Amino acid sequence: MAKLPPYTTPAGYTWHYAYLVICGLIFMFLIFPLMVIMPLSFNASPYFTFTPEMLSLDPTGYSLRWYQDFFTNPNWQGAVKNSFIIAIFSTLISTFLGTLAALGLSRPNFPFRTTIMGILISPMIVPLIISAAGMYFFYSRINLQGTFTGVILAHAILATPFVLIAVTATLVGFDRNLTRSAASLGAAPMRVFFRIIVPLITPGVISGALFAFVTSFDEVVVILFVGSYRQRTIPWQMFSGIREQISPTILAVASILTVISICFLTCIELLRRRNEKHRGIRTT
Amino acid sequence: MRKINNINNNQEILTTADGVPLKASLNRALRRERNISLLLVTPLFVFVLIAFLFPIADMLFLSVDNKIVVEKLPRTVPLLADWDETGTVLPDEQIYKALVQDINAGTVDKTILRLGRRLNFEQGGMSSLFRRSVRKLKRLKEPESYKAATIRIHRKWGDLATWRLIKRLSGKFTPTYFYSAVDGGVDKAGHFVRNPENQRIYLKLFVRTILLSLLITLFTIILGYPISYLLATLPTKLSNLLMILVLLPFWTSLLVRTTSWITLLQREGVINDLLVWIGVVDNAHRLTMIHNQIGTIVAMTHILLPFMVLPLFSVMKTIPPNYMRAARSMGATQFRAFLRIYLPNTVPGIGAGCILVFILSIGYYITPSLVGGTSGTFISNLIAYHVQGSLNWGLGAALGTMLLMFVLALYVLYDKVVGLDNIKLG
Amino acid sequence: MYKIIKQTLLAMIVVSFTAGIALAKTKLVIVSWGGAYTTSQQKAYHDPYMKLNPNIQIINDDSAAAGPAKLRAMSKAGNVTWDLLDAVASDSIALCDEGLVEEVDHDAILAPAPDGTPASADFGDLIVSPCFVPTIVYATTFGYRKDAFATPPTTIADVFDLKKFPGGRTLEKKPIGNFEWALIADGVDPDKVYEVLATPEGVDRAFKKLDTIKDSVIWWSTGSEPVKNLVAGQVVIGSAYNGRLFNAIAAEKQPLAMMWDWQYFDLDGWVIPKGSPHLKEIKKYLRFAADTQRLADQAKYISYGPARKSSAPLVGKHAELGVDMKPHMPTNPINAKHRLVKNYEFWADHEVEYTEKFLAWVVK
Repeated sequence: MAKLPPYTTPAGYTWHYAYLVICGLIFMFLIFPLMVIMPLSFNASPYFTFTPEMLSLDPTGYSLRWYQDFFTNPNWQGAVKNSFIIAIFSTLISTFLGTLAALGLSRPNFPFRTTIMGILISPMIVPLIISAAGMYFFYSRINLQGTFTGVILAHAILATPFVLIAVTATLVGFDRNLTRSAASLGAAPMRVFFRIIVPLITPGVISGALFAFVTSFDEVVVILFVGSYRQRTIPWQMFSGIREQISPTILAVASILTVISICFLTCIELLRRRNEKHRGIRTT
Repeated sequence: MRKINNINNNQEILTTADGVPLKASLNRALRRERNISLLLVTPLFVFVLIAFLFPIADMLFLSVDNKIVVEKLPRTVPLLADWDETGTVLPDEQIYKALVQDINAGTVDKTILRLGRRLNFEQGGMSSLFRRSVRKLKRLKEPESYKAATIRIHRKWGDLATWRLIKRLSGKFTPTYFYSAVDGGVDKAGHFVRNPENQRIYLKLFVRTILLSLLITLFTIILGYPISYLLATLPTKLSNLLMILVLLPFWTSLLVRTTSWITLLQREGVINDLLVWIGVVDNAHRLTMIHNQIGTIVAMTHILLPFMVLPLFSVMKTIPPNYMRAARSMGATQFRAFLRIYLPNTVPGIGAGCILVFILSIGYYITPSLVGGTSGTFISNLIAYHVQGSLNWGLGAALGTMLLMFVLALYVLYDKVVGLDNIKLG
Repeated sequence: MYKIIKQTLLAMIVVSFTAGIALAKTKLVIVSWGGAYTTSQQKAYHDPYMKLNPNIQIINDDSAAAGPAKLRAMSKAGNVTWDLLDAVASDSIALCDEGLVEEVDHDAILAPAPDGTPASADFGDLIVSPCFVPTIVYATTFGYRKDAFATPPTTIADVFDLKKFPGGRTLEKKPIGNFEWALIADGVDPDKVYEVLATPEGVDRAFKKLDTIKDSVIWWSTGSEPVKNLVAGQVVIGSAYNGRLFNAIAAEKQPLAMMWDWQYFDLDGWVIPKGSPHLKEIKKYLRFAADTQRLADQAKYISYGPARKSSAPLVGKHAELGVDMKPHMPTNPINAKHRLVKNYEFWADHEVEYTEKFLAWVVK
């Protein structure tokens, strides 16, 4: 694709450039909606569209008032705090359980591997509304509805499949002889584990944890059911904001979240490269 | 192995240093391995089982659970067994007496009216029948005829339909929620009948959910295929850079993306402003692109596009460029080469992407509820309504069961086509 | 170094001490609707009460929208953590039916009016259920854009008249209200609306009338949507809660106006969940918070009418805007010339059935 072959016909050239334009438009479609909210979040007036002042680049058309609102409004600040508390704890739980299970499942001769794998990743498969309703009834029954514990457990459940898959992926094609030879050379099982397995799965664990974190951080359906106002997270607040008094503060929050996701993306990308290098796979 | 001392012996048994036969030792080691494996998996397994699968099963059970009728009418229900609901004769005095006793017993803790609400889901008017009867029945003291007195209190007690309903629902389990979920009910004889055309809603919504999901899937292919191809054929450095444009939306919060589309599509939104400014659209006739199907389709196509691009890209990456060159060198046009060589090779990617996008889309709740308006809502929105709004949990659970079955069937398909083991992230 | 440790220790002691005091307080969980509504309750009821009773801490839970469902789930589990729930009248009847909320003796629990009239007489027929303590009367009424018409709409028939009043409409995605309005606009005697509506022909007639504007209607389901769409100009007439319209008109100075013809009266108030952990304290709270002055005070912060008759003369000016609130009350005689009072019994029976028909009609 980089260079067109010499036998390309004029029609081929036209088609090629038309194709590039189409691709450009599709990329625009992907990225434009995310970018458009950023300037709008600096709107001085409470509208969701570009005002004439903004278009003429008049500084009075811009302001930081929505960001100020975000950083001073207790509703939003509570939401930020809750989002982090819930995401961190559910990430810890899901990463721990998911990594253990991945280690177990990746060992040879695991009985009923497919079935168990299917069950373990079911939280990813079941439509969210069904998970949410089910957990809603159940957590109400055991006194966990509307508590942090309940929400954290619910999010941990939703996030474990991602950890499981990420860690399992690092163990695919893992040469068992490595552990055997380490053992035969006299390394105790613990030592084998920390010297061979841990370095190998670390990128998977980290990327799984990141996925888990983002899953919880973004989750809105389950928390609408299992949580209450006291557990309101950023998405919870955004959802009720969009339905209720919609203010450009939501755009400010959305812009901040987009910047955060750019950071996340960078982390994941770096990890992926590290993992590939580590395992000697090179991207072509 | 040093103990192969009995060379004369034909049956050599290999043993380890401590004299245990090698085979047994190996078995033991394997068993230990396996136990460790199981031990590692157990915590998560138990967690998922207790905190996820059990609650869901428990919720889905509500779709057939009907013990409330037997519980609230313990005297009436057994007697009704002998009553012929297909006939035209009302139950006899004994049954009316049992009914009065049951209702009065249920009045003490005020739970009898729950039964009225339950029955009202099947037949309008039951709720007020119970509410009105309760107070008056309490004052009923040893009447000459319970039957006459009860019917005097509310004429609906003299209505065969009321009794048929109670008898029909006297089992511990009921299929009626599922009947409702497919827009049906039962006739006098208790057979399933479909509701009149103008009252059908759930199946229609199911069909709409499926159609819209198919449409969204189709759009993700149309938009995803060209860029996946571009990404797969560009040099790595460049394609990694462009890949960010795909991955960024993927990593951005669903609500952020939904908000963006609201901003873009609404009547006073960016796109309409732009169109008015260009002069394509008159200010008074701004386009309505949100709170309808267009809103749902556009926003969800955008949200799900990465799920199509990623599997397509990974498949395309494995197709050697030589295939196309070979086809061209043998005289095929670019188009023909693409159609005959490239496209068939990408079918696994298309399959994987389609099923994934379709499965995700069919269970969507948030985006349709924010941008879908009335014509763009999905079945999930109705499930949420019955769980949180109308309190008809049985119907909500029945709809949920149907949705879940459908999705599970698709997953089996996905497993057959792609294999669950091949699910990858990012 | 030593100093730092000492300071830290001191700080820790202070923190745990204050935390200890906070723990010693009785926490009442009051569930309401959030937003401006909870704020008005906070200012009119909660804050003054907490000031009078420093040992009480009121915690707001904004999940009233899912209140009945959550309460039912909690109660099924035998595990109720709420002390008071704000519910609309129809939900309060349903919850009372299901035995999920306490029956209250209004005269025993609630304060009499200043002139000594017992509470039950002061609230009058607004006590629609033995479990219900009404607090406000709210209306679903019509708002329209002032800039859209030369002559403003004045009757319910105008809402259905696309020729004289062209433009988008917005109505709630529910049969309740819309059916009644459609029939009245179609010429049904307002007193006989529910009689007509109880028959299949009546329902058909309502649908037929609604059909005439269906293509212009945007259906709303949360209270903010109609006002949002009116402000955005997406629609020109629409039904909305009067409090929301007041806010848009008086506080945000939007070019909207209200049309009160056949405004739809509904009630909102308190119910005590059965199994409330602080039954005694919450009854004490209700005696204060549902008295004549407090109900009148709430109207300072939000444009809903107080449920007590004795509160009406006490309604004053809006706390921040300084607008006299009386003309904005749905209960104001001029506004209430034509009013529909929701028939709770009728809707308790027919809501399920008619909602299904209605939704089927909407998606058709």
